[in-house]
Amino acid sequence: MNFFEFAWSISPKLLQGSLTSLELTALAISIGLILGIPLSLGRVYGNKIIYTLSTIYVEAFRGTPVLTQLFILYFGLPSIGIMFPPFTAAVIGLGLNSAAYQAEYFRGAIQAVKDGQMVAARSIGMSKIKAIRYIILPQMFRLVIPSWSNELILLLKASSIAYMIQVSELVSVGRQIASQNFRTFEVFLVIAFIYFVIVEILNRILHSIEGKIKIPGL
Amino acid sequence: MAQTVLKVENLHKSYGKVQVIKGINFEVKKGETKVIIGPSGSGKSTLLRCINQLDRIDKGQVWLEDLEITKSHIDINQIRASIGFVFQSFNLFTHLNALDNVRIGLMRVKRIKEEDATKIAIEELKRVGLGGKIHNYPAQLSGGQQQRVSIARALAMSPKLILFDEPTSALDPELIGEVLEVMINLAKEGVTMIVVTHEMGFARSVANDIIFIDYGTILEEGPPGEIFKKPKHKRTAKFLSKITQLEGEKAK
Repeated sequence: MNFFEFAWSISPKLLQGSLTSLELTALAISIGLILGIPLSLGRVYGNKIIYTLSTIYVEAFRGTPVLTQLFILYFGLPSIGIMFPPFTAAVIGLGLNSAAYQAEYFRGAIQAVKDGQMVAARSIGMSKIKAIRYIILPQMFRLVIPSWSNELILLLKASSIAYMIQVSELVSVGRQIASQNFRTFEVFLVIAFIYFVIVEILNRILHSIEGKIKIPGL
Repeated sequence: MAQTVLKVENLHKSYGKVQVIKGINFEVKKGETKVIIGPSGSGKSTLLRCINQLDRIDKGQVWLEDLEITKSHIDINQIRASIGFVFQSFNLFTHLNALDNVRIGLMRVKRIKEEDATKIAIEELKRVGLGGKIHNYPAQLSGGQQQRVSIARALAMSPKLILFDEPTSALDPELIGEVLEVMINLAKEGVTMIVVTHEMGFARSVANDIIFIDYGTILEEGPPGEIFKKPKHKRTAKFLSKITQLEGEKAK
């Protein structure tokens, strides 16, 4: 079997692994998004308590390796009676981790919105919450797309770390195949190519979204 | 006797140890155009921001018609919705076109239906001469046009009065005229306004009453005829002669 025949023969398994990787990434990025927005708002607009709590969260998750976080979730928590299946543990771990990073990107984007926008919103009688909802967040989302794209791509690639807690994602499937036929070099060449293609597609999608919601004249 | 729209009593404001406003009192009647002049850093802009409490005041009272709006239990958002504010730097919402800039307050603060809000917004944009630009975004408008949209944004809320904070100071000289023209028309229509400005021509011809502020206090107050022709205070005379001299040089 030459390289291409070999690549073709393992493609069903790799496709399965790729789907798991994508699923893991999609769920984790969503958790990160849902938690990251309130965390960033807490860091920018929160009172002392909220600010401190959100800061502790962000610093704790950014200050420790994601692998450690996954191990705590998967191998650590069972010792106090909390057990997750591998995939769930990976989604939670990567999601909580991504929330911290996304919160920082959102915070930066919120702070990049000019102060006058909030003042003007308040001057026409909007409450702070309405001003955030209708004026600040819509501008924040536009500003954050480039760095958020980066986070999405990093997360997709980092999702391979779930291999360490027995999730059958792309890299883990590759290891299995390679252990059967020892064509490690070729297997991982194909896998690298798959990641590359997915990243390119994601990049293009996000780039086109960025272009579509761009503010005219800016 | 016209109704009093705004009354400011013994207003004090400090930033840290710096006292910016040191006990200011004045009244604005319905339909009046009150112009506030004075050197930079004299507290003019702070005074405006204290009136609708974008800046918290330290001491004193502000009444909007019969309501003391400096009381602690007042819903300040509701009050601000009835006081227009026009900023030096326009502060239009950058992600919204002219129409949405003007109607967002109607829809989100006053909860007016989209259809009705749109009608009002288009009317106000026409009033400032921008009926043909309703779909333009701020970045697609000149400074003068942006400032006129922001005046329309204030007008749309049918405010009891509008505060103008140096509305032409950020504009290129050739764009000042179009904004002043809009403001002159509003004054004629009887819109109650407080205008902080360095445009002495506007002050002279449009103001019913001029307040000269220096070091956080009102040094003198009176109709333009009095203030410009025979100022009571040396500081006023000096300030006016300096500024008129500048205008003279501009004219050359």
